[in-house]
Amino acid sequence: MTTDHPATSKRSLFSFFAQYRELALIGFILLLIVIISLQSPGFLTFDNFQDILLNISILAMIALAQGMIIITRGIDLSVASTLALVAMMVSFVLKAYPETPVILIVLLGIGLGSVLGSVNGLIITVGKVPPIIATLGTLSIYRGLVFFYSNGDWVNPIDLPSGFKQLAKGMSLGLPNLVVVAIIVAVIAYVFLNHIQAGRDIYALGTNPEAAKISGIRTQQVTFMVYVISGIICGLAGVMWASRYEAAQTNTALGFELQTVAAAVIGGVSMLGGIGTVPGVLLGALLLGIIQNGLTLSSISQFWQLAVQGFLILLAVISDATIQRRIKTTMTRGFAK
Amino acid sequence: MTTSEKSASAFISLAPLRRPFLSKFLRWEWFLVALIALVVIVNSRLSPYFLDVQNLFRASSDFMEMGLMMLPMVLIILTGNVDLAVASTLGMTASFMGLLFNNGLNIWLAAGAALLLGVAAGFLNGYLISRLKVPALVITLGTYAFYRGMAYVMLGDQAARGYPASFTYIGQGTIPGTPIPFSMVLFLVMAVIFGLVLHKTAFGRYLYAIGNNQEAVIYSGISVPRVKVIIFLVSGLMSSLAGLVLAARFGSTRPDIGGGLELAVITATVLGGVDINGGKGSMIGAVLALLLVGLMRFGMGLMNIQGQVQSIAIGLMLILSILLPNLPQIFGDQRSRWNRRTLMLLAVAAIVVIAFVWFFSWSRATVFALQGA
Repeated sequence: MTTDHPATSKRSLFSFFAQYRELALIGFILLLIVIISLQSPGFLTFDNFQDILLNISILAMIALAQGMIIITRGIDLSVASTLALVAMMVSFVLKAYPETPVILIVLLGIGLGSVLGSVNGLIITVGKVPPIIATLGTLSIYRGLVFFYSNGDWVNPIDLPSGFKQLAKGMSLGLPNLVVVAIIVAVIAYVFLNHIQAGRDIYALGTNPEAAKISGIRTQQVTFMVYVISGIICGLAGVMWASRYEAAQTNTALGFELQTVAAAVIGGVSMLGGIGTVPGVLLGALLLGIIQNGLTLSSISQFWQLAVQGFLILLAVISDATIQRRIKTTMTRGFAK
Repeated sequence: MTTSEKSASAFISLAPLRRPFLSKFLRWEWFLVALIALVVIVNSRLSPYFLDVQNLFRASSDFMEMGLMMLPMVLIILTGNVDLAVASTLGMTASFMGLLFNNGLNIWLAAGAALLLGVAAGFLNGYLISRLKVPALVITLGTYAFYRGMAYVMLGDQAARGYPASFTYIGQGTIPGTPIPFSMVLFLVMAVIFGLVLHKTAFGRYLYAIGNNQEAVIYSGISVPRVKVIIFLVSGLMSSLAGLVLAARFGSTRPDIGGGLELAVITATVLGGVDINGGKGSMIGAVLALLLVGLMRFGMGLMNIQGQVQSIAIGLMLILSILLPNLPQIFGDQRSRWNRRTLMLLAVAAIVVIAFVWFFSWSRATVFALQGA
């Protein structure tokens, strides 16, 4: 197995830099926390941090799915539309049958999401449509279906039973349920990506699709799987969204897809595929959440939020590209010697 | 979609595939013409107002900003890149113009400054993409948020309005004595220029070459980074021009102006037969696709179908435009190995989708029956 050696050493180098990157992110987050708390004393409180966690839970869950897909060199632009369609459909069911047990609604949301996700997966794997085109198409289709389904109407808080509203806000283990759900999703994603064969296949597929195919990985099935996973998570997130905001609107989560990509990219998922970790994505989502919260608390105008977010994505990409080029040049220099 | 993977396949397949490839994209354009004819026939049967020249010209001005951004998008997608920041550039530059105008600057000077800002925004995209060698998708995703954010920073919750009539003419005016909108003439002139550059100059051929085999282009001594910077710069310029037209048409500017147009622009480009992986496509195809999308939206509008519901049809067309040409390959190449499994998979998928559609219409009908009662 001599041929394996350079590959593994290269991998460990990359994983070293991936860790380095997470440390850099943590450092940056800590720096931000210090700056923001110096400016606004309300920031460093337990309540406020609980608020931040509540705000980023849905983003973090979907960003994990998005990250998984980007690792396979794909992208899912339809996440926000999927979330909105599921949120609208389960809210309609609750409006007609307020007595439905909450657990059934959660399962229904997951089921609906998995159908929408597998439609994406089929178009991409069987139909051989590039992911960006396929999910760009379903982005408009699913969003259009939300309008068609509800005739442009919204489901208001008064239409939803109180038991359902407690789903996201109720507390268990000292944390809001929504945060607990996000943590469970993150733990499952971590175990899946690091210790389960199918999860490892995702990295293999993203690192080198040809090699993955030759080594016996069913690349089509793995690709299909990640889009179904994304649909499942978006379905779950849709139920949570409807519960948390006590409403389903036609413009629910409009434009959210790019935030999920942003969280993944800031968290160190490479658009070239094969690279990305669960803790990194979570830190990316946390960073976005802290900035949002900090801007709300501080005297800086709300209108800076999007610009700062965009600037951070650029910063993350630029620093990533520079670091990777450095690695490349040092490695070639090493070989030359 | 890495460069090496694509360049390798292009290297092997380019020469022998030349003829079928040419005839294929000729066919695609005829297909678009047939679709346009179909849309015209169906719509003119459905509504007596469809074939009204005044109406058609008035409706066409809704799509000219999209068209202006689509022209450089064709060049960019041909090279295997994409520009997600076009609508945000539009928003930032139009807001910049509005800000300057609100502060008392002459509108034409403000418009000139907006065009310069557009050039700068496009240059930054192109520079970062070619310098860092990062996919254009990532960089323009960042600037998508950043430029739109700057639009909000500039105008906040304010709007700029009260533009003089001489300025709003470029968005609302018609050529004197005819119902032809000025913006349409502007678009057509630009389309001819872009078409000539793409199909009649060496620069245009470089774009195809980069899309087909970037490595080979590098070795033939062409500066690929320079070409990329130029096309993204042009995209920034055209986006800001589209911003001026849109602001003039609305008669006001808000920071959310043109939001979401980037996806519509990419949809029209891909529908026009430009391969998202680069190397294939033509300007006339993209212009035909814009016409098709415009006519479809206009016809559905006459039938009182909401804009967001119309996008179901546009999204379906986008997917089908790529999927249908793949069908022979899907059912041909894999017959020996995949046929039974693919069919079973498709059968399961069909059952699941039917169940979904049933649930969709059942739950919808239940709630509306409840509301009616």
